[in-house]
Amino acid sequence: MEKAQQKNNIAVKILKSGVISWIVIITIWGLGSLNYDEYFLPSPHETLTSMSTLIENGRLQADILASVSRVLRGWILAVLAGVPLGLVVGSFKAVRWLIEPILSFFRFVPAIALTTLFLMWFGVGDESKIALIIYASFFPIFVNTIAGVASTDGSLIEAASCMGAKKIRIFFTVMVPSAVSNIFTGIRLGLSSSIICIIAAEMLVGSNGLGYLINSSKLYYKTSWAFAGIVSLAIIGFLADRLLQLIGKKALKHFGVK
Amino acid sequence: MYIELRNINKTFGNVKASDNVSFGIEKGKLIGLLGPSGSGKTTILRMLAGLEKQDSGDIFIDGKNVNDLTPDQRGIGFVFQNYALFPYMNVYNNIAYGLKIQKKDKEYIKSRVTELLELVGLPGVEKRYPDQLSGGQRQRIALARALAPSPELLLLDEPFAAIDAKVRKELRTWLRDTIDKIGITSIFVTHDQDEAIEVTDEIVITNNGRVEQVGSPSEIYLNPDTPFVARFIGQSDVIEHYSRLKGFEHVKGKHNAVVRPEFVEIHKFTDNKQHDFESSMEDGVVTGIYFRGSAYEVHADIGGTNIVGRIPLGGTKIVKGDKVKVLIKQIYTFDDTSTEILTNKGLDKEELYYI
Repeated sequence: MEKAQQKNNIAVKILKSGVISWIVIITIWGLGSLNYDEYFLPSPHETLTSMSTLIENGRLQADILASVSRVLRGWILAVLAGVPLGLVVGSFKAVRWLIEPILSFFRFVPAIALTTLFLMWFGVGDESKIALIIYASFFPIFVNTIAGVASTDGSLIEAASCMGAKKIRIFFTVMVPSAVSNIFTGIRLGLSSSIICIIAAEMLVGSNGLGYLINSSKLYYKTSWAFAGIVSLAIIGFLADRLLQLIGKKALKHFGVK
Repeated sequence: MYIELRNINKTFGNVKASDNVSFGIEKGKLIGLLGPSGSGKTTILRMLAGLEKQDSGDIFIDGKNVNDLTPDQRGIGFVFQNYALFPYMNVYNNIAYGLKIQKKDKEYIKSRVTELLELVGLPGVEKRYPDQLSGGQRQRIALARALAPSPELLLLDEPFAAIDAKVRKELRTWLRDTIDKIGITSIFVTHDQDEAIEVTDEIVITNNGRVEQVGSPSEIYLNPDTPFVARFIGQSDVIEHYSRLKGFEHVKGKHNAVVRPEFVEIHKFTDNKQHDFESSMEDGVVTGIYFRGSAYEVHADIGGTNIVGRIPLGGTKIVKGDKVKVLIKQIYTFDDTSTEILTNKGLDKEELYYI
């Protein structure tokens, strides 16, 4: 009985880890690629070979670095703007009412739609791309911060007030800590929005970055480059989110981050 | 009076939460605000704390009108039903919160936190977070936190409502002892009459936003002022046509009466046994018998009226359908505004006879 139970546990662990899903996907991909030539659908093996060639000549690292540095610069600026603004807006009902209609208007304008405008306003260099990232990640960060502050447990505020705390102290010792969990969610969502938007921006204009790599593969008729770019992108995004989640879990456990 | 409420009125929408509430509290007493849910007891507590503002009327604490003071200016400690501990702070920082506001130095804060943790019986938990404590422990920490800044008045809003029954009983006694130790004036909201009777010096009974009666637990138990109190306190069953019972005469205007199980004696009917006060007893039939832990609760039908009494666990066994002799020693009759205690007339007579 116990052995069967143990076996069961191991099976559950394997299923949960996602290993099986990956084996299945790669197998289907590999089998599918047997029916087509390399230019139409490169096999997993050809993709890996391309990746190692790109790494050998330094191209892949350079593109990854370019994209990642843009994402980090834009995303960090968005955090620096979105969190404090969200905290302030969230604590004042009247300001919240003023801001909300604007928010619900821009919610439907994706960053990509602004690419052309930003190119005209900020030029073809990094500035326009970073502006796009800021735009894309600011909203999830801002909106979640507002929600976090606004949903502070009223009895915590009352408890602080009964112990003699005035408004400013309540803001810093009750409302801000109560919003941490939501802010963190916003920051994570902001990161994924940044990654999505930078690839699109690099595909439209630019001379390096993963988006450029994917887009330029068509010029050289190197479909496997596009695959190498996509796989790298997925890995980076996945790792970044996992890392962020791990940090949050460890450092912000008592703030309700799960 | 240390605390005084004068003609307090408060309305939420079209609900009158406080309807001309006036009462006073002496310094150092533990007061229970007791009433059914929605009777306005929590509103009174929150107005005392400054968390709500009354529409009209005055509140005095230690002779000072506090109408325009915010909670942080009133010098009160408040314990919430849901504990309201800061989940992101450890126990030490939770308790130290009010002390930091008072700008006490580090050494003092440290010794005060240690002292309070000993007072609430949880020494050594400084580094734990609220989610690492049980409900009862959290509420003790919440009490320590409320007491830390040395408030003049302690307010507790159904502090044990979220805690399971067994722990709640322990905490009640513990709370009483702890408050006695510090000697702080305390007001305690509850809807549980056992809690109020067991723990408090004085009970304020609220109903529909009004204060029905203020008095010691025994006063309220023995001399209910209003029909509401007579029915609300104890296990009180209302009967009609009480004048049909042996030993009771109709009181003008008062048509109903309250009978409590402790006013009733029930004996199994046996042909050969003669009871004391036999002539004042009613004949009844048992319609139900229920185990109540320390006693059996017996429901008996006497001439169409249902009477509830208790018999001890070890006594004569009674089952449903048995014939019984029922002695009703006392009842409360009431009309819309007042109550009156009636004692069975047969009891006086036969007592004389026996002497």
